[in-house]
Amino acid sequence: MLKDITLGQYFPGNTVIHRLDPRTKLIFVLLYIIALFNAKGWAANGVMIAVTLLSMAISHISLKNIFKGLKPMMFIIALTALLNLFYTQGTPIREGWIITWEGIERSVKMMLRITLLITGTFLLTYTTSPMALTDGLERLMNPLKKLHVPVHEMTLMMSMALRFIPTLIEETDKIMSAQKARGADFETGNLIERAKALLPILVPLFVSAFRRADELAVAMESRCYHGGEGRTRLKQLHFTGIDFVALFLGLLLVAGIFVLKHYGL
Amino acid sequence: MAVLSVENLTHTYSVGTPFQKTAIRDVNLTITQGESICLLGHTGSGKSTFVQHLNALLQPTSGLVKIDGEDINKDKYTRRDIKRRVGLVFQYPEYQLFEETVAADIAYGPKNMKLPKDEIEDRVREAAGFTGVDVSLFDRSPLELSGGQKRRIAIAGVIAMRPEILILDEPTAGLDPAGSRTIMENIRAYREKSGATVMIVSHNMDDAARYAERLIVFSEGTVWMDGSPEKVFARTAELSEIGLDVPMAAELAEALRRRGIPLEGAIYTHEQLLNAVRRAGAVPAC
Ligand SMILES: Nc1ncnc2c1ncn2[C@@H]1O[C@H](COP(=O)(O)OP(=O)(O)OP(=O)(O)O)[C@@H](O)[C@H]1O
Ligand SMILES: [Mg+2]
Repeated sequence: MLKDITLGQYFPGNTVIHRLDPRTKLIFVLLYIIALFNAKGWAANGVMIAVTLLSMAISHISLKNIFKGLKPMMFIIALTALLNLFYTQGTPIREGWIITWEGIERSVKMMLRITLLITGTFLLTYTTSPMALTDGLERLMNPLKKLHVPVHEMTLMMSMALRFIPTLIEETDKIMSAQKARGADFETGNLIERAKALLPILVPLFVSAFRRADELAVAMESRCYHGGEGRTRLKQLHFTGIDFVALFLGLLLVAGIFVLKHYGL
Repeated sequence: MAVLSVENLTHTYSVGTPFQKTAIRDVNLTITQGESICLLGHTGSGKSTFVQHLNALLQPTSGLVKIDGEDINKDKYTRRDIKRRVGLVFQYPEYQLFEETVAADIAYGPKNMKLPKDEIEDRVREAAGFTGVDVSLFDRSPLELSGGQKRRIAIAGVIAMRPEILILDEPTAGLDPAGSRTIMENIRAYREKSGATVMIVSHNMDDAARYAERLIVFSEGTVWMDGSPEKVFARTAELSEIGLDVPMAAELAEALRRRGIPLEGAIYTHEQLLNAVRRAGAVPAC
Protein backbone atom coordinates (compact mmCIF):
# COMPACT_ATOMS: atom_id res chain seq x y z
CA MET A 1 0.00 0.00 0.00
CA LEU A 2 1.06 3.56 -0.63
CA LYS A 3 0.72 4.33 3.02
CA ASP A 4 3.60 2.07 3.87
CA ILE A 5 6.05 4.48 2.28
CA THR A 6 7.97 5.86 5.22
CA LEU A 7 9.90 8.46 3.26
CA GLY A 8 10.24 11.50 5.48
CA GLN A 9 7.64 10.30 7.92
CA TYR A 10 7.71 11.33 11.56
CA PHE A 11 7.79 8.60 14.21
CA PRO A 12 6.66 10.17 17.47
CA GLY A 13 8.76 9.31 20.49
CA ASN A 14 10.26 10.72 23.63
CA THR A 15 13.96 10.02 23.38
CA VAL A 16 16.73 12.54 23.90
CA ILE A 17 17.03 12.97 20.17
CA HIS A 18 13.31 13.59 19.81
CA ARG A 19 13.54 16.29 22.45
CA LEU A 20 16.49 18.15 20.95
CA ASP A 21 15.78 21.59 19.53
CA PRO A 22 15.09 21.21 15.79
CA ARG A 23 17.81 23.79 15.07
CA THR A 24 20.32 21.61 16.85
CA LYS A 25 19.32 18.62 14.79
CA LEU A 26 19.49 20.57 11.54
CA ILE A 27 22.97 21.86 12.35
CA PHE A 28 24.05 18.43 13.53
CA VAL A 29 22.91 16.83 10.28
CA LEU A 30 24.81 19.51 8.38
CA LEU A 31 27.95 18.73 10.37
CA TYR A 32 27.33 15.02 9.86
CA ILE A 33 27.17 15.54 6.09
CA ILE A 34 30.37 17.58 6.10
CA ALA A 35 32.06 14.82 8.08
CA LEU A 36 30.64 12.15 5.77
CA PHE A 37 32.04 13.78 2.65
CA ASN A 38 35.44 14.04 4.23
CA ALA A 39 35.55 10.49 5.46
CA LYS A 40 38.00 8.94 3.00
CA GLY A 41 39.65 6.01 4.73
CA TRP A 42 38.18 2.93 6.32
CA ALA A 43 38.76 4.21 9.86
CA ALA A 44 36.84 7.41 9.15
CA ASN A 45 34.02 5.43 7.52
CA GLY A 46 33.96 3.17 10.55
CA VAL A 47 33.50 6.20 12.78
CA MET A 48 30.61 7.41 10.61
CA ILE A 49 28.90 4.01 10.78
CA ALA A 50 29.33 3.94 14.55
CA VAL A 51 27.87 7.44 14.95
CA THR A 52 24.90 6.55 12.74
CA LEU A 53 24.16 3.29 14.55
CA LEU A 54 24.49 5.02 17.91
CA SER A 55 22.03 7.75 16.87
CA MET A 56 19.61 5.07 15.70
CA ALA A 57 19.91 3.24 18.99
CA ILE A 58 19.38 6.39 21.04
CA SER A 59 16.32 7.45 19.04
CA HIS A 60 14.81 3.92 19.03
CA ILE A 61 14.57 3.86 15.24
CA SER A 62 14.95 0.26 14.12
CA LEU A 63 17.03 -0.96 11.19
CA LYS A 64 13.81 -2.23 9.66
CA ASN A 65 12.36 1.25 9.37
CA ILE A 66 15.56 2.57 7.86
CA PHE A 67 15.58 -0.24 5.28
CA LYS A 68 11.99 0.51 4.41
CA GLY A 69 12.94 4.09 3.72
CA LEU A 70 16.02 3.06 1.75
CA LYS A 71 14.04 0.77 -0.55
CA PRO A 72 13.02 3.44 -3.09
CA MET A 73 16.68 4.56 -3.26
CA MET A 74 18.07 1.07 -3.88
CA PHE A 75 18.19 1.62 -7.63
CA ILE A 76 20.29 4.78 -7.38
CA ILE A 77 22.62 3.16 -4.87
CA ALA A 78 23.08 0.08 -7.04
CA LEU A 79 23.66 2.17 -10.17
CA THR A 80 26.33 4.31 -8.49
CA ALA A 81 28.04 1.19 -7.21
CA LEU A 82 28.05 -0.40 -10.66
CA LEU A 83 29.40 2.71 -12.39
CA ASN A 84 32.21 2.98 -9.86
CA LEU A 85 32.93 -0.69 -10.18
CA PHE A 86 33.49 -0.57 -13.93
CA TYR A 87 34.93 2.90 -14.46
CA THR A 88 37.76 3.05 -11.95
CA GLN A 89 41.33 2.74 -13.19
CA GLY A 90 43.82 0.59 -11.29
CA THR A 91 45.08 -2.92 -10.97
CA PRO A 92 42.64 -5.49 -12.39
CA ILE A 93 41.61 -8.24 -9.96
CA ARG A 94 42.66 -10.66 -12.74
CA GLU A 95 44.65 -10.23 -15.87
CA GLY A 96 42.47 -8.75 -18.62
CA TRP A 97 39.44 -7.93 -16.45
CA ILE A 98 38.02 -4.42 -16.26
CA ILE A 99 37.06 -4.75 -12.61
CA THR A 100 39.85 -3.37 -10.45
CA TRP A 101 40.64 -3.62 -6.77
CA GLU A 102 40.34 0.18 -6.58
CA GLY A 103 36.97 -0.05 -8.29
CA ILE A 104 35.66 -2.48 -5.68
CA GLU A 105 36.85 -0.27 -2.85
CA ARG A 106 35.39 2.86 -4.46
CA SER A 107 32.01 1.30 -5.10
CA VAL A 108 31.72 -0.09 -1.57
CA LYS A 109 32.62 3.32 -0.13
CA MET A 110 30.17 5.06 -2.46
CA MET A 111 27.35 2.76 -1.44
CA LEU A 112 28.22 3.31 2.18
CA ARG A 113 28.30 7.07 1.75
CA ILE A 114 24.92 7.30 0.03
CA THR A 115 23.34 4.89 2.51
CA LEU A 116 24.69 6.87 5.47
CA LEU A 117 23.64 10.16 3.89
CA ILE A 118 20.07 8.95 3.46
CA THR A 119 20.01 7.31 6.88
CA GLY A 120 21.23 10.52 8.54
CA THR A 121 18.57 12.67 6.93
CA PHE A 122 15.93 10.03 7.68
CA LEU A 123 16.90 10.10 11.32
CA LEU A 124 16.23 13.84 11.26
CA THR A 125 12.77 13.53 9.74
CA TYR A 126 11.90 10.41 11.75
CA THR A 127 12.57 12.18 15.04
CA THR A 128 11.39 15.70 14.25
CA SER A 129 7.79 16.64 13.50
CA PRO A 130 7.40 18.55 10.22
CA MET A 131 6.19 21.58 12.17
CA ALA A 132 9.27 21.67 14.38
CA LEU A 133 11.47 21.11 11.37
CA THR A 134 10.16 24.07 9.41
CA ASP A 135 10.12 26.21 12.55
CA GLY A 136 13.78 25.43 13.10
CA LEU A 137 14.59 26.09 9.48
CA GLU A 138 12.87 29.44 9.56
CA ARG A 139 14.75 30.50 12.66
CA LEU A 140 18.06 29.38 11.22
CA MET A 141 17.47 31.28 7.99
CA ASN A 142 16.21 34.38 9.80
CA PRO A 143 19.30 36.44 8.92
CA LEU A 144 18.42 36.02 5.24
CA LYS A 145 15.30 38.11 5.82
CA LYS A 146 17.59 41.15 5.91
CA LEU A 147 18.43 40.34 2.29
CA HIS A 148 14.70 40.29 1.46
CA VAL A 149 14.64 36.54 1.02
CA PRO A 150 11.01 35.49 1.70
CA VAL A 151 12.04 33.02 4.42
CA HIS A 152 8.69 32.94 6.18
CA GLU A 153 6.75 32.32 2.98
CA MET A 154 9.16 29.61 1.91
CA THR A 155 9.00 27.73 5.19
CA LEU A 156 5.23 28.14 5.33
CA MET A 157 4.93 26.54 1.91
CA MET A 158 7.24 23.78 3.04
CA SER A 159 5.30 23.03 6.19
CA MET A 160 2.04 23.02 4.27
CA ALA A 161 3.48 20.65 1.69
CA LEU A 162 4.77 18.36 4.46
CA ARG A 163 1.46 18.59 6.25
CA PHE A 164 -0.52 17.56 3.19
CA ILE A 165 1.66 14.76 1.88
CA PRO A 166 0.12 12.15 4.19
CA THR A 167 -3.35 13.50 3.48
CA LEU A 168 -2.82 13.24 -0.24
CA ILE A 169 -1.38 9.76 0.06
CA GLU A 170 -4.36 8.69 2.11
CA GLU A 171 -6.68 10.21 -0.43
CA THR A 172 -4.88 8.52 -3.32
CA ASP A 173 -5.26 5.22 -1.50
CA LYS A 174 -8.95 5.81 -1.04
CA ILE A 175 -9.59 6.83 -4.64
CA MET A 176 -7.57 3.88 -5.89
CA SER A 177 -9.62 1.50 -3.78
CA ALA A 178 -12.85 3.04 -4.99
CA GLN A 179 -11.83 2.71 -8.63
CA LYS A 180 -10.54 -0.83 -8.06
CA ALA A 181 -13.96 -1.66 -6.65
CA ARG A 182 -15.31 -0.56 -10.03
CA GLY A 183 -12.99 -2.96 -11.78
CA ALA A 184 -10.09 -0.62 -12.55
CA ASP A 185 -6.86 -2.43 -13.32
CA PHE A 186 -3.59 -0.64 -12.60
CA GLU A 187 -1.29 -3.61 -12.90
CA THR A 188 -1.66 -5.08 -16.36
CA GLY A 189 -1.64 -3.72 -19.92
CA ASN A 190 0.91 -1.85 -22.00
CA LEU A 191 2.34 1.56 -21.17
CA ILE A 192 -0.44 3.56 -22.82
CA GLU A 193 -3.13 1.47 -21.19
CA ARG A 194 -1.51 1.91 -17.81
CA ALA A 195 -1.15 5.66 -18.26
CA LYS A 196 -4.81 5.80 -19.20
CA ALA A 197 -5.72 3.80 -16.12
CA LEU A 198 -4.24 6.57 -13.98
CA LEU A 199 -6.76 9.11 -15.19
CA PRO A 200 -9.54 7.90 -12.87
CA ILE A 201 -7.16 8.55 -9.96
CA LEU A 202 -5.57 11.80 -11.06
CA VAL A 203 -8.75 13.66 -11.90
CA PRO A 204 -10.44 13.18 -8.51
CA LEU A 205 -7.12 13.77 -6.77
CA PHE A 206 -6.55 17.12 -8.45
CA VAL A 207 -10.14 18.14 -7.90
CA SER A 208 -9.83 17.46 -4.20
CA ALA A 209 -6.35 19.03 -3.92
CA PHE A 210 -7.68 22.27 -5.36
CA ARG A 211 -10.69 22.13 -3.11
CA ARG A 212 -8.42 21.63 -0.09
CA ALA A 213 -6.15 24.50 -1.11
CA ASP A 214 -9.18 26.72 -1.44
CA GLU A 215 -10.55 25.72 1.94
CA LEU A 216 -7.17 26.18 3.58
CA ALA A 217 -6.81 29.68 2.16
CA VAL A 218 -10.25 30.64 3.41
CA ALA A 219 -9.57 29.13 6.83
CA MET A 220 -6.28 31.03 7.14
CA GLU A 221 -7.79 34.28 6.00
CA SER A 222 -10.74 33.99 8.34
CA ARG A 223 -8.27 33.59 11.19
CA CYS A 224 -6.59 36.83 10.15
CA TYR A 225 -3.41 35.37 8.75
CA HIS A 226 -1.49 38.16 7.03
CA GLY A 227 2.06 36.98 6.63
CA GLY A 228 4.93 36.49 9.02
CA GLU A 229 5.25 40.12 10.13
CA GLY A 230 4.85 40.37 13.89
CA ARG A 231 3.67 36.78 14.20
CA THR A 232 4.41 35.04 17.51
CA ARG A 233 4.69 31.32 18.11
CA LEU A 234 2.83 28.86 20.25
CA LYS A 235 5.96 26.78 20.71
CA GLN A 236 9.03 28.90 21.43
CA LEU A 237 12.32 27.26 20.60
CA HIS A 238 14.91 27.21 23.39
CA PHE A 239 18.42 25.83 23.42
CA THR A 240 19.09 23.78 26.53
CA GLY A 241 22.07 21.94 27.94
CA ILE A 242 21.68 18.82 25.79
CA ASP A 243 21.56 20.98 22.67
CA PHE A 244 24.98 22.40 23.47
CA VAL A 245 26.27 18.91 24.19
CA ALA A 246 24.91 17.66 20.87
CA LEU A 247 26.41 20.55 18.93
CA PHE A 248 29.73 20.05 20.66
CA LEU A 249 29.67 16.36 19.72
CA GLY A 250 28.88 17.32 16.13
CA LEU A 251 31.86 19.65 15.95
CA LEU A 252 34.01 17.00 17.58
CA LEU A 253 32.93 14.53 14.89
CA VAL A 254 33.92 16.91 12.08
CA ALA A 255 37.25 17.69 13.76
CA GLY A 256 37.96 14.00 14.29
CA ILE A 257 37.20 13.12 10.67
CA PHE A 258 39.50 15.90 9.46
CA VAL A 259 42.28 14.63 11.67
CA LEU A 260 41.82 11.11 10.26
CA LYS A 261 41.79 12.56 6.76
CA HIS A 262 45.05 14.35 7.45
CA TYR A 263 46.69 11.07 8.34
CA GLY A 264 45.08 9.37 5.35
CA LEU A 265 43.05 6.92 7.48
CA MET B 1 -26.13 -18.30 -5.52
CA ALA B 2 -23.52 -16.34 -3.69
CA VAL B 3 -22.81 -17.16 -0.10
CA LEU B 4 -20.10 -15.10 1.51
CA SER B 5 -18.43 -16.43 4.62
CA VAL B 6 -15.88 -14.79 6.84
CA GLU B 7 -13.73 -16.91 9.13
CA ASN B 8 -11.59 -15.62 12.00
CA LEU B 9 -10.91 -12.41 10.13
CA THR B 10 -8.38 -10.06 11.71
CA HIS B 11 -6.88 -6.96 10.16
CA THR B 12 -4.02 -4.90 11.52
CA TYR B 13 -2.99 -1.63 9.90
CA SER B 14 0.64 -0.45 9.63
CA VAL B 15 2.15 -3.58 11.15
CA GLY B 16 5.53 -2.92 12.72
CA THR B 17 5.27 0.86 13.05
CA PRO B 18 4.27 2.95 16.06
CA PHE B 19 0.92 3.44 14.29
CA GLN B 20 0.08 -0.26 14.39
CA LYS B 21 -3.62 -0.72 14.96
CA THR B 22 -5.80 -3.80 14.94
CA ALA B 23 -9.02 -2.53 13.39
CA ILE B 24 -10.96 -5.81 13.40
CA ARG B 25 -10.28 -9.01 15.26
CA ASP B 26 -11.58 -12.52 14.92
CA VAL B 27 -14.76 -11.82 12.98
CA ASN B 28 -16.92 -14.79 11.93
CA LEU B 29 -19.98 -14.25 9.75
CA THR B 30 -21.98 -15.81 6.95
CA ILE B 31 -23.97 -13.77 4.47
CA THR B 32 -26.48 -15.61 2.29
CA GLN B 33 -28.19 -14.64 -0.94
CA GLY B 34 -30.98 -12.07 -0.75
CA GLU B 35 -30.37 -10.91 2.78
CA SER B 36 -30.88 -7.31 3.76
CA ILE B 37 -28.26 -6.42 6.31
CA CYS B 38 -27.37 -3.31 8.21
CA LEU B 39 -23.91 -3.01 9.71
CA LEU B 40 -23.93 -0.81 12.79
CA GLY B 41 -21.24 0.42 15.14
CA HIS B 42 -19.77 3.55 16.64
CA THR B 43 -17.18 5.54 14.78
CA GLY B 44 -13.87 3.68 14.47
CA SER B 45 -15.38 0.28 15.28
CA GLY B 46 -13.99 -1.22 12.07
CA LYS B 47 -17.00 -1.25 9.76
CA SER B 48 -15.26 0.25 6.75
CA THR B 49 -12.25 -1.98 7.28
CA PHE B 50 -14.50 -5.02 7.44
CA VAL B 51 -16.45 -4.32 4.26
CA GLN B 52 -13.28 -3.71 2.26
CA HIS B 53 -12.33 -7.32 2.94
CA LEU B 54 -15.49 -8.61 1.32
CA ASN B 55 -14.32 -7.71 -2.20
CA ALA B 56 -10.60 -8.25 -1.58
CA LEU B 57 -9.63 -4.59 -1.50
CA LEU B 58 -7.93 -5.32 1.80
CA GLN B 59 -6.27 -8.63 2.49
CA PRO B 60 -6.77 -10.24 5.89
CA THR B 61 -3.86 -10.12 8.32
CA SER B 62 -5.18 -13.51 9.35
CA GLY B 63 -8.36 -15.41 8.58
CA LEU B 64 -10.31 -16.13 5.42
CA VAL B 65 -13.04 -14.66 3.28
CA LYS B 66 -14.80 -17.18 1.05
CA ILE B 67 -17.43 -16.93 -1.65
CA ASP B 68 -19.29 -20.19 -2.25
CA GLY B 69 -16.60 -21.95 -0.30
CA GLU B 70 -13.70 -20.59 -2.35
CA ASP B 71 -11.06 -18.28 -0.92
CA ILE B 72 -11.45 -14.89 -2.62
CA ASN B 73 -7.78 -14.07 -2.08
CA LYS B 74 -6.54 -17.24 -3.75
CA ASP B 75 -4.83 -15.45 -6.65
CA LYS B 76 -5.10 -12.23 -8.60
CA TYR B 77 -7.89 -13.59 -10.80
CA THR B 78 -10.15 -14.48 -7.92
CA ARG B 79 -9.37 -11.06 -6.44
CA ARG B 80 -10.47 -9.43 -9.69
CA ASP B 81 -13.58 -11.54 -10.17
CA ILE B 82 -14.84 -10.96 -6.66
CA LYS B 83 -15.05 -7.22 -7.39
CA ARG B 84 -17.65 -7.97 -10.07
CA ARG B 85 -19.73 -10.11 -7.76
CA VAL B 86 -19.45 -7.91 -4.68
CA GLY B 87 -20.06 -4.23 -5.43
CA LEU B 88 -18.79 -1.77 -2.86
CA VAL B 89 -19.84 1.87 -2.68
CA PHE B 90 -17.42 3.81 -0.51
CA GLN B 91 -18.11 6.42 2.12
CA TYR B 92 -18.52 9.77 0.29
CA PRO B 93 -18.33 8.12 -3.13
CA GLU B 94 -18.88 11.40 -4.95
CA TYR B 95 -15.15 12.11 -4.76
CA GLN B 96 -14.39 9.25 -7.10
CA LEU B 97 -16.24 10.72 -10.10
CA PHE B 98 -13.87 11.63 -12.89
CA GLU B 99 -15.39 11.24 -16.35
CA GLU B 100 -16.50 14.10 -18.53
CA THR B 101 -20.12 13.07 -18.54
CA VAL B 102 -22.44 11.41 -16.08
CA ALA B 103 -23.21 8.56 -18.48
CA ALA B 104 -19.52 7.85 -19.06
CA ASP B 105 -18.87 7.75 -15.33
CA ILE B 106 -21.66 5.26 -14.69
CA ALA B 107 -20.30 3.21 -17.62
CA TYR B 108 -16.78 2.99 -16.15
CA GLY B 109 -17.40 -0.23 -14.20
CA PRO B 110 -19.18 -2.13 -17.00
CA LYS B 111 -16.49 -0.94 -19.41
CA ASN B 112 -13.82 -2.43 -17.19
CA MET B 113 -15.77 -5.68 -17.37
CA LYS B 114 -15.27 -5.51 -21.16
CA LEU B 115 -18.98 -5.80 -21.93
CA PRO B 116 -20.33 -5.04 -25.42
CA LYS B 117 -21.34 -1.47 -26.09
CA ASP B 118 -25.11 -1.89 -26.23
CA GLU B 119 -25.07 -3.95 -23.06
CA ILE B 120 -23.18 -1.13 -21.34
CA GLU B 121 -25.76 1.38 -22.51
CA ASP B 122 -28.57 -0.80 -21.20
CA ARG B 123 -26.91 -1.15 -17.84
CA VAL B 124 -26.22 2.58 -17.53
CA ARG B 125 -29.85 3.36 -18.26
CA GLU B 126 -31.05 0.71 -15.82
CA ALA B 127 -28.68 1.76 -13.01
CA ALA B 128 -29.61 5.41 -13.49
CA GLY B 129 -33.24 4.42 -13.28
CA PHE B 130 -32.71 2.58 -10.00
CA THR B 131 -30.95 5.52 -8.37
CA GLY B 132 -33.18 8.24 -9.79
CA VAL B 133 -30.59 9.88 -12.02
CA ASP B 134 -32.55 11.61 -14.76
CA VAL B 135 -31.61 10.92 -18.40
CA SER B 136 -31.40 14.67 -18.96
CA LEU B 137 -28.27 14.71 -16.76
CA PHE B 138 -26.42 12.12 -18.85
CA ASP B 139 -24.41 14.61 -20.87
CA ARG B 140 -23.61 16.97 -18.01
CA SER B 141 -20.28 16.95 -16.18
CA PRO B 142 -20.63 15.07 -12.87
CA LEU B 143 -18.47 17.71 -11.17
CA GLU B 144 -21.03 20.47 -11.61
CA LEU B 145 -23.93 18.66 -9.98
CA SER B 146 -25.16 18.84 -6.39
CA GLY B 147 -23.79 16.58 -3.67
CA GLY B 148 -26.93 14.45 -3.60
CA GLN B 149 -26.94 13.99 -7.36
CA LYS B 150 -23.24 13.06 -7.35
CA ARG B 151 -23.94 10.45 -4.67
CA ARG B 152 -26.65 8.85 -6.84
CA ILE B 153 -24.34 8.76 -9.83
CA ALA B 154 -21.60 7.11 -7.80
CA ILE B 155 -24.05 4.47 -6.53
CA ALA B 156 -25.34 3.94 -10.05
CA GLY B 157 -21.75 3.37 -11.15
CA VAL B 158 -21.56 0.32 -8.89
CA ILE B 159 -25.09 -0.94 -9.53
CA ALA B 160 -24.32 -0.88 -13.27
CA MET B 161 -21.93 -3.77 -12.64
CA ARG B 162 -24.94 -5.81 -11.41
CA PRO B 163 -23.23 -7.16 -8.32
CA GLU B 164 -24.81 -10.12 -6.56
CA ILE B 165 -23.93 -8.49 -3.28
CA LEU B 166 -24.18 -4.73 -2.98
CA ILE B 167 -22.44 -3.06 -0.06
CA LEU B 168 -22.86 0.62 0.68
CA ASP B 169 -20.70 2.38 3.25
CA GLU B 170 -22.86 5.08 4.82
CA PRO B 171 -24.76 5.91 1.66
CA THR B 172 -26.69 8.74 3.30
CA ALA B 173 -23.91 10.49 5.24
CA GLY B 174 -24.19 14.23 4.89
CA LEU B 175 -27.53 14.26 3.04
CA ASP B 176 -30.74 15.93 4.15
CA PRO B 177 -33.55 13.68 5.49
CA ALA B 178 -35.56 13.78 2.26
CA GLY B 179 -32.48 12.99 0.17
CA SER B 180 -31.51 10.16 2.51
CA ARG B 181 -34.97 8.65 2.38
CA THR B 182 -35.09 8.57 -1.42
CA ILE B 183 -31.68 6.94 -1.59
CA MET B 184 -32.70 4.32 0.94
CA GLU B 185 -35.98 3.69 -0.94
CA ASN B 186 -34.03 3.38 -4.19
CA ILE B 187 -31.72 0.81 -2.66
CA ARG B 188 -34.67 -1.12 -1.31
CA ALA B 189 -36.33 -1.10 -4.73
CA TYR B 190 -33.10 -2.29 -6.31
CA ARG B 191 -32.90 -5.20 -3.91
CA GLU B 192 -36.50 -6.24 -4.46
CA LYS B 193 -36.16 -6.14 -8.26
CA SER B 194 -32.75 -7.74 -8.59
CA GLY B 195 -32.75 -10.19 -5.70
CA ALA B 196 -29.27 -9.02 -4.72
CA THR B 197 -27.97 -9.16 -1.21
CA VAL B 198 -27.69 -5.66 0.21
CA MET B 199 -25.52 -4.63 3.12
CA ILE B 200 -25.65 -1.07 4.36
CA VAL B 201 -23.19 0.44 6.80
CA SER B 202 -24.96 3.05 8.83
CA HIS B 203 -25.06 5.13 11.98
CA ASN B 204 -28.72 5.75 11.58
CA MET B 205 -30.83 3.47 13.76
CA ASP B 206 -34.07 4.53 12.16
CA ASP B 207 -32.74 3.47 8.76
CA ALA B 208 -31.53 0.21 10.24
CA ALA B 209 -34.91 -0.52 11.81
CA ARG B 210 -36.75 0.34 8.64
CA TYR B 211 -34.71 -1.23 5.88
CA ALA B 212 -32.84 -4.20 7.30
CA GLU B 213 -33.90 -7.70 8.28
CA ARG B 214 -30.63 -8.50 9.96
CA LEU B 215 -28.44 -6.23 12.03
CA ILE B 216 -24.76 -6.79 12.67
CA VAL B 217 -23.37 -4.61 15.41
CA PHE B 218 -19.64 -3.96 15.60
CA SER B 219 -17.90 -2.73 18.69
CA GLU B 220 -14.15 -2.29 19.11
CA GLY B 221 -13.48 -4.34 16.00
CA THR B 222 -15.50 -7.41 16.93
CA VAL B 223 -19.06 -8.53 16.23
CA TRP B 224 -20.92 -7.49 19.31
CA MET B 225 -24.29 -8.76 18.16
CA ASP B 226 -25.83 -10.32 15.09
CA GLY B 227 -29.57 -10.79 14.82
CA SER B 228 -32.98 -9.47 13.89
CA PRO B 229 -33.86 -5.83 14.67
CA GLU B 230 -36.22 -6.99 17.42
CA LYS B 231 -33.48 -8.88 19.16
CA VAL B 232 -30.92 -6.12 18.85
CA PHE B 233 -33.15 -3.22 19.77
CA ALA B 234 -34.42 -5.03 22.83
CA ARG B 235 -31.02 -4.35 24.40
CA THR B 236 -31.43 -0.60 24.70
CA ALA B 237 -29.18 -0.09 27.69
CA GLU B 238 -26.26 -2.10 26.33
CA LEU B 239 -26.53 -0.39 22.95
CA SER B 240 -26.09 2.99 24.52
CA GLU B 241 -23.14 1.59 26.49
CA ILE B 242 -21.28 0.88 23.25
CA GLY B 243 -22.13 4.32 21.92
CA LEU B 244 -25.24 3.59 19.88
CA ASP B 245 -28.83 4.80 20.03
CA VAL B 246 -32.03 2.89 19.59
CA PRO B 247 -34.54 4.01 16.96
CA MET B 248 -36.70 6.96 17.86
CA ALA B 249 -39.84 4.78 17.79
CA ALA B 250 -38.35 2.26 20.24
CA GLU B 251 -37.40 5.04 22.60
CA LEU B 252 -40.84 6.58 22.43
CA ALA B 253 -42.53 3.21 23.00
CA GLU B 254 -40.32 2.65 26.01
CA ALA B 255 -41.27 6.05 27.44
CA LEU B 256 -44.97 5.40 26.87
CA ARG B 257 -44.77 2.01 28.55
CA ARG B 258 -43.12 3.59 31.54
CA ARG B 259 -46.11 5.93 31.82
CA GLY B 260 -48.43 2.94 31.97
CA ILE B 261 -49.65 2.69 28.41
CA PRO B 262 -49.67 -1.04 27.59
CA LEU B 263 -48.08 -1.37 24.15
CA GLU B 264 -47.76 -4.87 22.77
CA GLY B 265 -45.05 -6.47 20.70
CA ALA B 266 -41.67 -5.36 19.53
CA ILE B 267 -41.64 -1.75 18.42
CA TYR B 268 -38.84 -0.12 16.50
CA THR B 269 -40.42 1.48 13.43
CA HIS B 270 -42.89 4.34 13.25
CA GLU B 271 -45.55 2.06 11.73
CA GLN B 272 -45.27 -0.48 14.53
CA LEU B 273 -45.55 2.28 17.12
CA LEU B 274 -48.60 3.78 15.46
CA ASN B 275 -50.35 0.40 15.25
CA ALA B 276 -49.51 -0.50 18.83
CA VAL B 277 -50.84 2.81 20.10
CA ARG B 278 -54.04 2.31 18.11
CA ARG B 279 -54.44 -1.21 19.49
CA ALA B 280 -53.90 0.00 23.02
CA GLY B 281 -56.69 2.49 22.40
CA ALA B 282 -54.68 5.16 24.11
CA VAL B 283 -55.43 8.19 22.04
CA PRO B 284 -53.67 11.09 23.68
CA ALA B 285 -56.09 13.63 25.02
CA CYS B 286 -54.82 17.05 24.21
N1 LIG C 1 -5.72 3.14 6.42
C1 LIG C 1 -5.62 3.05 7.75
N2 LIG C 1 -4.41 3.03 8.36
C2 LIG C 1 -4.32 2.91 9.69
N3 LIG C 1 -5.35 2.82 10.52
C3 LIG C 1 -6.59 2.85 9.98
C4 LIG C 1 -6.78 2.97 8.57
N4 LIG C 1 -8.12 2.96 8.32
C5 LIG C 1 -8.71 2.86 9.52
N5 LIG C 1 -7.80 2.78 10.52
C6 LIG C 1 -8.11 2.61 11.95
O1 LIG C 1 -8.87 1.44 12.11
C7 LIG C 1 -9.97 1.65 12.98
C8 LIG C 1 -11.25 1.28 12.29
O2 LIG C 1 -11.51 2.19 11.26
P1 LIG C 1 -12.75 2.07 10.27
O3 LIG C 1 -12.59 3.12 9.23
O4 LIG C 1 -12.89 0.68 9.81
O5 LIG C 1 -13.95 2.45 11.24
P2 LIG C 1 -15.49 2.70 10.92
O6 LIG C 1 -16.26 1.79 11.79
O7 LIG C 1 -15.73 2.62 9.47
O8 LIG C 1 -15.71 4.18 11.44
P3 LIG C 1 -16.66 5.34 10.85
O9 LIG C 1 -18.02 5.06 11.35
O10 LIG C 1 -16.09 6.57 11.44
O11 LIG C 1 -16.55 5.30 9.36
C9 LIG C 1 -9.89 3.11 13.40
O12 LIG C 1 -9.36 3.14 14.70
C10 LIG C 1 -8.95 3.75 12.44
O13 LIG C 1 -8.17 4.71 13.10
MG1 LIG D 1 -16.28 4.03 7.98
